[in-house]
Amino acid sequence: MKTTNIMIVGVGGQGSLLASKLLGSLLLDEGYDVKVSEVHGMSQRGGSVVTYVKFGEKVYSPIITEGEADYILSFEKLEAARWASCLKDGGRIIVNTQQIDPMPVLIGTAEYPEGVLDSLAAKGISVDALDALEIATAAGSAKAVNIVLLARLAKLLDIPYEKWLTAIEKSVKPRFVELNQKAFSMSYHK
Amino acid sequence: MKKLMIGNEAVARGLYEGGIGLVSSYPGTPSTEITEFLSTYDDIHSEWAPNEKVAAEVAFGASLGGMRTACAMKHVGLNVAADPLFTLSYTGVTGGMVICVADDPAMHSSQNEQDSRHYAIAAKVPMLEPADSAEALAFSRDAFALSEQFDTPVLLRMCTRVAHSQSVVELGERVAVETTPYVKNGAKYIMMPGNAKKRHPVVEERTKALAAYAEDCPFNRVEMGGTKIGIITSGTCYQYVKEVFGESVSVLKIGMPYPLPEKLFRDFAAKVEKLYVIEELDGIIEAHCESLGLDVIGKELFSPIGEYSQGSIRAAFGLEAPKSTALDEALPMRPPMMCAGCPHRGIYYTLAKNKVTVIGDIGCYTLGAQPPLSAVDSTLCMGASVSGVHGFNLAQGENAEKKTVAVIGDSTFMHSGMTGLVNIAYNASNSTVIILDNSITGMTGHQQNPTTGYNIKGDPAAKVDLEALCRALGIGRVRVVDPYDLAACDAAIKEELAAEEPSVIISRRPCVLLKTVKTAPPLRVNEDKCKKCKRCATLGCPAISIKGGKASIDQTLCVGCEVCVALCKFDAIEKGGCAQ
Repeated sequence: MKTTNIMIVGVGGQGSLLASKLLGSLLLDEGYDVKVSEVHGMSQRGGSVVTYVKFGEKVYSPIITEGEADYILSFEKLEAARWASCLKDGGRIIVNTQQIDPMPVLIGTAEYPEGVLDSLAAKGISVDALDALEIATAAGSAKAVNIVLLARLAKLLDIPYEKWLTAIEKSVKPRFVELNQKAFSMSYHK
Repeated sequence: MKKLMIGNEAVARGLYEGGIGLVSSYPGTPSTEITEFLSTYDDIHSEWAPNEKVAAEVAFGASLGGMRTACAMKHVGLNVAADPLFTLSYTGVTGGMVICVADDPAMHSSQNEQDSRHYAIAAKVPMLEPADSAEALAFSRDAFALSEQFDTPVLLRMCTRVAHSQSVVELGERVAVETTPYVKNGAKYIMMPGNAKKRHPVVEERTKALAAYAEDCPFNRVEMGGTKIGIITSGTCYQYVKEVFGESVSVLKIGMPYPLPEKLFRDFAAKVEKLYVIEELDGIIEAHCESLGLDVIGKELFSPIGEYSQGSIRAAFGLEAPKSTALDEALPMRPPMMCAGCPHRGIYYTLAKNKVTVIGDIGCYTLGAQPPLSAVDSTLCMGASVSGVHGFNLAQGENAEKKTVAVIGDSTFMHSGMTGLVNIAYNASNSTVIILDNSITGMTGHQQNPTTGYNIKGDPAAKVDLEALCRALGIGRVRVVDPYDLAACDAAIKEELAAEEPSVIISRRPCVLLKTVKTAPPLRVNEDKCKKCKRCATLGCPAISIKGGKASIDQTLCVGCEVCVALCKFDAIEKGGCAQ
């Protein structure tokens, strides 16, 4: 059985950690060998962050390099573009359309690339772009962006819908379960 | 029970299962979580030490006292703990002792990428190196028995990819280990020349015995596959080799990189046509092969710089890379930066404005080197700011004294800034030191330290009085400023630089990310008043951007620190933003 490679990318502080944690434990429960790799430290201070999630019968390397990712889950547009070269031929990018200006843009030494998602599509890359913040807010909290994005990934993986809801129940605090399950459902059925 | 664990949690679990009684460490990425996870077990004693030397010596004392013990540090931390390490090799242990050291190839969060295996060789101490979390657990657990069997501390080498990758582990039971009753043994533990001379031959014999043990120990293994290519590898590189080659090559997987066996290497080399060594950083296994006269390809093909990956190994062997697509346009970088409301910003803004030379140190505040503040001139190692500013001033003369400061965080000052400050006082230096006291060890993810008033468990602890300490160390001029108050920062820096004696400015405000810190509602820009001067953007605050020439404040990021308010000449930044 081949290994499935997922990258979760974004900006430090956006909450991608919960997404990889939920995904990792769900895949373990499904009986797969799983590796989840992230880098702590400097990257937490508003820098570009990347987490690798890999699963299959036997996973060796914990990281994903150029042309290897089946899916990229991006919390931010520019980060989707930054890591696009890691996507496998025929892979898919799920991206939150939020724009977070990096420091070079904030201080005016660089421009935020316009139409960056169109550029990806023009290269023949399959892009599922959505305003995850809007869906999360509609479900009750802007913090559910990670669950909204996971729901789009869930549509592409061979794991039953109910198992995802159970995984949410296991991963978030009891008082946030309902909200996150609602966000998941809204995004999944969108 | 099966569980996903990062390598560091697995090390903690392994040490726990192996019967550890005490851990003492100083935080350092990528090693910090080992001690954090150990502190969650209530049946062992855990503590943060002010630096790695203290940590290793506390662990030594516990070992002398008959307890299984460990300390954990990053690679550069082992430089600090090197002094006890080298003589611990001579004394050996009573209770098993494990020194966990985490290397950071590619320098994700470090100032160099030194290879800790050199320490094992130089100190003549065995080293284990796991390749995933399951091995991290098993090696850490079994390291105690190895330590006691061979009467030596054991180094456990991690690297960022093993330390911070989660993989599957199987949990076991904790072994019950009794503390060995203390028996005085000066010949073994008093390392004055007469005794040490007798211990050195013991160390040499031990190394021979360990090399013999390494021939068929559980840490090294051979995985025979295709015999055209044989690869000797260790740590995370093993995973990349397997990912690229699977069963098509034979692998000698080294889990004990020091001391290395002879026969195991010769036998493996004899079974394969072409022999490669794949190891990150320096060619240490390769040098061993060469010392045995084995024909091997190593650093001529694989770089001594940075991390490897399955991609870099494919490239080195000339194998086809997977097809990939990249955008043609260059994308703006997204470097880490000081957070919105970071208390360091006010000081750095003031230093940059006054064109002060800043001898920097290690911590979040190293980020003050980034544009637009670009306020830092040097960063060497923990504590080097305080010692370095004195030397710089001596070299550059009186003019420099009026234009140069050292900046150091509270935790780093405790670690190794104090001795430099004593030196300033003792040698009549007219240097100015700024202690950035944000009441936490920030960069490594919020660990307590002797200035915070809490211990590793979050329980109240003795709190160092920084002002009193600096005075006791011989500094007459000690003052405290609030870094949110730009006028006060400006006055303090100007006055202390002008003073004809050494001084310390303590810039005091807790890290804005601390849960105990209550932040203010976000500020907003009054567009009618904004005159597009962009002065606020020179702060490098991630909440402030320029949109259509005018300033704009991100309502989700702003914590209402008001440093920008003081900066705006047109009173365009106001309270009353909309919190989300």
